[in-house]
Amino acid sequence: MSIAVGEVIAERTVHLTRDSLVRYAGASGDFNPIHYRDDVAESVGLPGVLAHGMLTMGLAVQPVVEWLDGRGNILEYRVRFTRPVPVDAATGATVTVVATIGEVNPEYTRIDLTVSSGGVTVLGKAQVRVSYVALLSDAELPDAVV
Amino acid sequence: MPVDPELTSRVFPSVAPYLVGRERIREFARAVFSTDSRNFDVAAASAAGFEDLVAPPTFAVVVQEATLAQLLAAPNSGIDFARVVHGEQGFTSSRPIVAGDELTATLSVTSVKSLGGNAMLTAQSTIVDQHGSHVVTATSTLVVRGDDS
Repeated sequence: MSIAVGEVIAERTVHLTRDSLVRYAGASGDFNPIHYRDDVAESVGLPGVLAHGMLTMGLAVQPVVEWLDGRGNILEYRVRFTRPVPVDAATGATVTVVATIGEVNPEYTRIDLTVSSGGVTVLGKAQVRVSYVALLSDAELPDAVV
Repeated sequence: MPVDPELTSRVFPSVAPYLVGRERIREFARAVFSTDSRNFDVAAASAAGFEDLVAPPTFAVVVQEATLAQLLAAPNSGIDFARVVHGEQGFTSSRPIVAGDELTATLSVTSVKSLGGNAMLTAQSTIVDQHGSHVVTATSTLVVRGDDS
């Protein structure tokens, strides 16, 4: 199967609640109170409780894992935390991930993630390099590789 | 107190080995909304060629955490935890983390730069398994806000 640069390979929307943040705090060991206490968040000038950047990073790569479906490993994954994701106590927050093929070459495939919440992008330069390479169309590949 | 630019020449001792457990992988996988059966089901992981449950891609942050705590606790570093903002994060992997791995992380500070009144620091945690083989390197860029910002 060949893939083309610019092709959208996966999309996913995740609804975060305060429960999600508490669950991530416990699972990751990151108990910074700005992720569960509004008073502490506000005392350091934030609008309120924020999602852990690492939670956003962690969930954003899952559509790539699903698409990869065991066909290769993740070689590298990096992001910039450009904007916070405030999580309202009553209504939560919605995070949308769009995964697009950014580069194909013989060593790896790069997938670029567009991650947004509340209409704004929250991660910058979010890129995943995977060992799965689908550079050539099947017809061009030697039989042994197909 | 500004961030000490000499942090890059400090040698940090490796932190105590972290034994990766199945239940911690399952809890972490649920927390990041994973649907990958290899994170939850030993038979699925085994069918995919792994010895045990496979951890999600960002699980290494759990192991990295102790090295960042070490950095923040370093004497005379000039890093005030309340002023630290996580700017960037990266993971470079040789293989996925699997339950049963005994992982040892070693911290190094690869760069300290001044940027306006702020400092930008890059901390790299190299994580190896019980055989000494590289598993993953976790890299965090931390922005330490200056006194007036």
